[in-house]
Amino acid sequence: MIAGNTRFTAAQRLLHWSMALCIIAMFFIGVGMVSSVMPKYVPLLATHKTLGLAILALALVRLAVRARSGAPPLPADLPAPMRLAAELSHYGLYALMFALPLLGWAMLSAGAYPVVLYGGIRLPAIVPQSEVLHTLLWNAHYYLAFAFFALVLTHVAAALFHALVRRDGVFEAMAPIGSRIGAAPGTDSDAGHAATRKA
Amino acid sequence: MPQPASRPRSTLASLALIGAVCVAATGALAYTAGWLSPDRLTPTKLVDALAPPTGPVRGHRRNHAKGICFTGEFQSNGAGAAISRAQAFEAGQHPVLGRFNLGTPEPLVADASVRVRGMGLEIATQRGAVWRAALINAPVFPVSTPEAFYALLQTSASKEPNAMAGFAAAHPEIATFGAWAKSPDWTASYAEEPYNSLNAFLFVDGAGTEHAARWSLRPEAPPERITPEELGRRGDDVLEREITQRVAAAPARWTLVLTLADPGDQTADPSRAWPEGRRSIEAGTLLVQRIEAEADGPCRAINFDPTILPDGIRVSDDPFPAARSAAYAKSYDLRTAESADYPHHPKAAP
Repeated sequence: MIAGNTRFTAAQRLLHWSMALCIIAMFFIGVGMVSSVMPKYVPLLATHKTLGLAILALALVRLAVRARSGAPPLPADLPAPMRLAAELSHYGLYALMFALPLLGWAMLSAGAYPVVLYGGIRLPAIVPQSEVLHTLLWNAHYYLAFAFFALVLTHVAAALFHALVRRDGVFEAMAPIGSRIGAAPGTDSDAGHAATRKA
Repeated sequence: MPQPASRPRSTLASLALIGAVCVAATGALAYTAGWLSPDRLTPTKLVDALAPPTGPVRGHRRNHAKGICFTGEFQSNGAGAAISRAQAFEAGQHPVLGRFNLGTPEPLVADASVRVRGMGLEIATQRGAVWRAALINAPVFPVSTPEAFYALLQTSASKEPNAMAGFAAAHPEIATFGAWAKSPDWTASYAEEPYNSLNAFLFVDGAGTEHAARWSLRPEAPPERITPEELGRRGDDVLEREITQRVAAAPARWTLVLTLADPGDQTADPSRAWPEGRRSIEAGTLLVQRIEAEADGPCRAINFDPTILPDGIRVSDDPFPAARSAAYAKSYDLRTAESADYPHHPKAAP
């Protein structure tokens, strides 16, 4: 971790917000496709698989970038329970970013389905065909997806809490565009721009 | 949001905003999932409607539940490459896996009690392109839309005396299928049946041009015409026994025929056949070389989802493949979860 940093790097912010869009889209595509018999079912399923693999690839990049660039420290006055919740929830978010695409891929493998993405990209099976395994993985994919949604929602609520109530710079550390909060003059190209904080 | 006058109100307004965001996001997800739309036709509803009056037979496919596995090969003559770049149409032999089946949700019924016979088929080329299909012997599908099919299932389960007459009046297209279903000309073998895709697909050639086509497997075996009564006297599992003996002696063969739409032919309605005289291509020969009981056979693990298509074949504006895919996936999820209820060892020969 680089001491003194108050914001995530531009690469980290780009990864965060593009993955946020992908992951939120995946929740809606997922629940939408499994409840539909409409023609859109076919492209939704293909999109779900492709986006899932994209998220898995981005998660790998993100973990590597995180290992190299670290993260800005949490505010010193953050109460210990909130600090613990922040750390645990981020472990959970990272774990699910990897787990859900892998579970989906494995579930299709166990069901003897070919895994074909947009562009005709074919992926190999990662587990052998098995009814018991298919059911286990299907359940894990299904229930963990809702757990992921709940965790993302908690993450959004916490981010807004930092932005609107505590106003402690935590939100600004990952904000997609510049903010005056926490940015020392000259350390960030965005610093000094018009304030973008809400409320 | 009005400019807050004081810090406590600001905090309260902020917390309200955060709560509203969470509620709105959850509501949007619930709406997308159909939890707020009880009238939406879901795969679950479609699959539940297929169940016999006594309830679904656990561990089995929810429709076309009685079946037997086969393996063999598709001998492509290369002619199909004129309309599709799919690897299956490249001249040569491609491995095949499939399943003969009866259009019934009950796996133990007598073969002579079911008019619709089907074939699940997978052609998987050496280079990894997978093409799956589920075909039936009827020349057309009973109805025009998945919604109408759901209504047909509900009507069939209805105890009202005039329910089916009312349905036929509202869905006159069912007459063509009905006439076929009532015809007494059954055949005595799975090998003597044609199997039809019914749905139109878009075949994409090497230049990227799309050709709408339906396709069929035309049997080489001459049909032995038989009434269902006579077939019934040969035993409950006559079709499975017959195909096992026949294929043990020599492979059973079908010609894969692609029938191309003329410009202006509709492709969205599988209840309506195209007029005679459409251009057709004989793309090769399906050889069924080995029969295996479903319980330990290779077809049991396979969902013959007609939207699992190789590069070179795509779904058309026919709404059925998507609806079938969604329902087949549900059926697959249910039966694999009920694996313990499936009779995994084949029963003794009848």
